[in-house]
This record gives sequence, C-alpha cells and structure tokens, in this order.
Amino acid sequence: MLGLQNVTKVGIAEMNIVQAPHSIRTSGLGSCVGVVIYDNSAKIAGMVHVMLPESSLARTSTFNSCKYADTGVDHLLETLLLKGARLYQLKAKIAGGAQMFQFTSKSSDMMRIGPRNVEAVKARLEANNIPLIGEDCGGNSGRTIEFYPESGKLMIKTVNKGIRYI
Amino acid sequence: MNNQEMLNELDLLKELGNIGAGNAATALSQLLNKEINMNVPRAKIVSFNEMMELAGGPDRPVAAVFLTMEGELAGSLFFVLSLEDALKLVNQLIEDKSLCEDNFSQHEMGLSALQELGNIISAHYLTALSDAIGLRVTPSVPQVKVDMVGAIVMAGLLEISQFSDHAIFIDTELSEINDEMVQKAKGHFFLIPFPDSFEKIMATLGEK
Repeated sequence: MLGLQNVTKVGIAEMNIVQAPHSIRTSGLGSCVGVVIYDNSAKIAGMVHVMLPESSLARTSTFNSCKYADTGVDHLLETLLLKGARLYQLKAKIAGGAQMFQFTSKSSDMMRIGPRNVEAVKARLEANNIPLIGEDCGGNSGRTIEFYPESGKLMIKTVNKGIRYI
Repeated sequence: MNNQEMLNELDLLKELGNIGAGNAATALSQLLNKEINMNVPRAKIVSFNEMMELAGGPDRPVAAVFLTMEGELAGSLFFVLSLEDALKLVNQLIEDKSLCEDNFSQHEMGLSALQELGNIISAHYLTALSDAIGLRVTPSVPQVKVDMVGAIVMAGLLEISQFSDHAIFIDTELSEINDEMVQKAKGHFFLIPFPDSFEKIMATLGEK
C-alpha cells in the first residue's frame, strides 16, 4: 500500500509474471478475459489478457500467442513453470468476457465473443488440470483487475459497481 | 509499400476523416444551434494498446456511440465523449436535473438522447465518407454505452484482430465554441476500417 508496491501492467494480448509484494494489473477488459495463474506458496503469479477464443481464428501464419485463449493459457503456464512456479500448486482466477453490445446482425457471432472467450479459457485450464478458484465473468460491464500474489486476492473494479475481491 | 507511400495513404485517410467530421460538425451545430468546430484529425496505424492510450487510457470512463459499417465498405465507427462533455450535450437536448455522471449509465432518457445525437452525427459522418469514396456504406443501428473506453473500443477491434495486431485509427476532435469562451466539449471519432476495406478505399481513391 501507499505506493510501496509496484504494479506491473499487462496490455491487450500481453502476458507478464510478478512476484510478491508486487501486483499485476490489466485495465479495461470488455469481451477480453484476464487470466491469472498463481502459485500461492511461492507467491508468484502470471496474468494474460486474451482477446479471442481459438488460435484457429488467426488468418496469419504467425501470430501473438497471448491473443488467443488456448495458446495464451498454455504460454502463461509454460512461462510460470520456467520462473519457478510448481505445477501442482497452480490455481487460477479469471475475469472478463462481458458482452458490451447487443447485436442482431450477421456479425453477431463476433459480438458473442465474450462468453466464447470464457468457455475457451476454462476448457484450457481444465485440460492443464489447473483448478479455477474464482471468477467474475459475463455481464455487460468493463472491468479492471489487479492480482496480489501475497494474498492470492483478485481485485475487480467496474464503473458502476465499485470494487470487489475474489 | 514504402514509407512514403504509407504516409500518403495516411494523408488520404486523414482527409477522409476530415470530410466526414466536417459534415458531422455541421449537423451537430444545427441540432444544438451552437457553433461546433473541428480540429485537424490524426490518422495513425497503431497497436491496440496504443489506441487505448490515445483514447485516454483503457479504464477511463466514457460515453460512446458505436456502430458498424456494412456494404462495400466495412468497419467500426465510434464517437467517444468524456462523461462530462456527454452530459453537456445531452443536457442541451433534455431537461433533467437529476442526470449526473454517477447515474448516466442507467439513465434511460439520457442514454436515449445521446444515442439519437450519435445517430445523427454518425449518419452524417458516413454519408460524407461514402460520397467521397464512391462506395456504398450501410450503417448499423448505433448503440450507446457508458463504460471504460478500452472495454468499449475493443468491440470494434475484434474483426481486425484476426488479421493483425494493429488498426488504422482516424481520430477527429469536435469542440463547441461558446459565446463567452471556447468551451471544449470534445468528441472523438474513431474510424476503424476492416483490412480489406482499407485496401478498397485506397484502390478507389487511387483511381481518381
């Protein structure tokens, strides 16, 4: 508190890792999902900000793995293990996946991307046997989230509902 | 494409932004019976994160009108206002003393007024644009939202994000000139063409 801690920022389609007492934050999540995977006893946590559910959606041969839920979760997991987190200790918390606008036109598949992102993240966590401890997903509001490896708490801030922790 | 060609293309996009916003400013000016000015727009190729920074940071609360363009030209158009400026505009359309920044996102009448305002100016923006390029553009019904700018603008970046990590961003500022002072009720237009539409614009303009 009182600015003694450093906050590491994670942008769109980016990933980063922090060690307590530092915290890690991503801002303005709409349909995107912020995935936190952490090792509570080693006090190390990583966050990835994914935009789209499947890397098969990419129309280019090379792509940023942090952009997609499937490759993003895998990449975060690998990086955490390299940094000394232990697989059997890992837990996850996720937030985001809102549907910001209601559309009826044919482009509506893209507009349902929030729920699809959440499903894809959950499927990938499950495939890697990482238990999902907490989530704040869906709805139609933007979120800013910050994770504290020290306490294992995830702060969620919205414009209308203030701040809460999971 | 070399750097010089890239710069020329951005200049062309800037000019298009200019035409669209000029027309929209006139419409807004007539609607509010106020003089509305428009500054020189920016056209940039930016990463998604740079775009959010240009919009004032991803979690800045804003009021935004969002619509998608379909037809020969596809993309997203946002008209983004700070809450303070959105309320200034809305208050000129409806009289409601209870309307404030805290209840704006749930205030039906206020949102509806903003949507109508957005409808008028975005229609003018797109008509001017489509006339200038000579391509048919059909706008969707605009939607209005009060929330974090990053969360809102991302909805318009999803299509392009399958192709690249960058978007073309054409920004225009509108400001209101008051009798007493230059009162800035600044509104920004963000026009994000889809990748194939960007090429179409350039091809069509290149023929002229």
